[in-house]
Amino acid sequence: MQLYEQLTQDIRFEEGLNSCMNCGICTAICPAAEFYDYDPRMIAGIVQSKDESQIEELLKSDAIWYCGECMSCKTRCPRGNCTGLIIMALRSLSQELGFFTESEKGRQQLVIKRVIGENIVYRGYCILPENLIPELHPEQGPVGEWIFENRKEVYKRVDANYCGEGTGALRKIPKESLDEIYQIFEITGGFERFDQIEHFSKLKARSMGFSDVDEEFTDYINHTYTTNNGKHNRP
Amino acid sequence: MQNEGKQKIWKDYQKEIADDHYFYVRSCIRQNFFPGSEQTFLKILRAELNKDIFENPHHTTCSGIGYHSDIVPFDTIQTIVARQFALMTEAGYRNLAVSCITSFGIYNEIIETWKEFPNELEKIRNYLKKATGREFKIPQNVSHASDIIYKFREDIFARKKYSLTNHETGKPLKIVEHIGCHYAKMFPGKGVGGAEFPHVLVGMIESWGGEVIDYPERRHCCGFGFRQYLVMSNRGYSISNSKKKFESMEPYRPDAIASNCPGCPMFLDRWQYVIEEMEGKTYGQNGRGIPVLTYEEMAGLVLGYDPWDMGMQMHQTDVEPLLDKMGIEYNPDLKYAGKDGKQIGQVKMAGCKC
Repeated sequence: MQLYEQLTQDIRFEEGLNSCMNCGICTAICPAAEFYDYDPRMIAGIVQSKDESQIEELLKSDAIWYCGECMSCKTRCPRGNCTGLIIMALRSLSQELGFFTESEKGRQQLVIKRVIGENIVYRGYCILPENLIPELHPEQGPVGEWIFENRKEVYKRVDANYCGEGTGALRKIPKESLDEIYQIFEITGGFERFDQIEHFSKLKARSMGFSDVDEEFTDYINHTYTTNNGKHNRP
Repeated sequence: MQNEGKQKIWKDYQKEIADDHYFYVRSCIRQNFFPGSEQTFLKILRAELNKDIFENPHHTTCSGIGYHSDIVPFDTIQTIVARQFALMTEAGYRNLAVSCITSFGIYNEIIETWKEFPNELEKIRNYLKKATGREFKIPQNVSHASDIIYKFREDIFARKKYSLTNHETGKPLKIVEHIGCHYAKMFPGKGVGGAEFPHVLVGMIESWGGEVIDYPERRHCCGFGFRQYLVMSNRGYSISNSKKKFESMEPYRPDAIASNCPGCPMFLDRWQYVIEEMEGKTYGQNGRGIPVLTYEEMAGLVLGYDPWDMGMQMHQTDVEPLLDKMGIEYNPDLKYAGKDGKQIGQVKMAGCKC
């Protein structure tokens, strides 16, 4: 199946691209376009052209990973397009085909899967207090460090139910509920997406010279989490 | 006739907000950073407004951060959301009260998808049945928690202990309001005032005595950007967008920033600290930062709740400048104490003016 045809199988693509006249209002409103060398108008133009080689290049590029999915473009487009939805379809296809490992920003999907993805399946939350390790989150500042180091007491102080049974903030999600989330991932293709990310990332890690002695590829993950080649922003 | 015409036009910018019997779904980010705000919301509804709001411990994340960082497929998140709806249905509720803006956007996106693509709805019903044995009804009403506080803002003010005014001068405090992008930018009809004239926070601020600041970058994203914050090497995106907002609001001398989003108040709070560390720049008055608060914290202060009970010590940028202006009494010695005044570790705040 042609790449464009595969994109059209995604409802987000169908909803996100009606008919782009390349006016550029999406680029004008886009927070990503202000920070990165990124132009959502170009994204809409390329997919609308149905040019297979350009779409393949896009799927392998950093460009599709610059969007913050704030969806500000949706509000402003005079034709009702939404570049953010087009991006979601492109990112899904890029991961399905393994093209995401060809770009620095795309390779970051592994660390997101390992932290956010595994939190969702095995803990029932996207993020957890124990993820906010001060060395990895210096922006959380001295208060963030205080919360992290005293988290049981701090959460207790504000009537959260951290790791406790029953209702409340940060409660322990019951095992039977986590089992249901696991089954949902199994049946709906969630684990298939995870496996694709793991599979293609490991192939890439090996080709980049990262050792597979460590099955978790920790060095590769640290590399993708911290590397920024400095070429992503506007000159 | 003219008024009728105007009323007709503005009808498109209003939404129906259920007035009682809510099924509450929590926010991952808020449980981590603002758990006291969620507790305050429940306290206001139950103790002040005498409303019925139910929480089932079996509800989970909606997986929205995973979905918007593209590791969770659409079918998967639709089925997780369908499970939340099943829990609501089984408990006998039809009105969803949503703590999170990301979740709120996702619930709306999924319900609208099901309306437009009925085959998707059938597919997801089958997935959920197969995975969990559960069935569900689509909620009759989906309200963000800020919608509910907005709806009852006058009832809340009738019980006030403080107002959003300077207690010495009597003048209104100047408040920046920041609406989370996914509240109404995707589905304008789902938010009070739509995407163009969001009124949900304006209504609270004005009803409670404050004055809303209009500034050029009022509707700009805070810069969360999901993967743009989650991955360390992308965080320049996040801080740059917050900084753009701070620079734009600074000349208007805001007394506080209020937000209805889970992530926005955390980023607008933490990035002020980072900018001070990096550049020595602060955006508030007297060399301090601008206090950032959730709408529940704002409501709680008006009602006279203790700021530390609500978790305002979990902010990096100090909230005391705002408390002092409002004339709120608080005990500084208990700010970083544990439950019942228990002494726990201290914050190492050396050199931080925010």
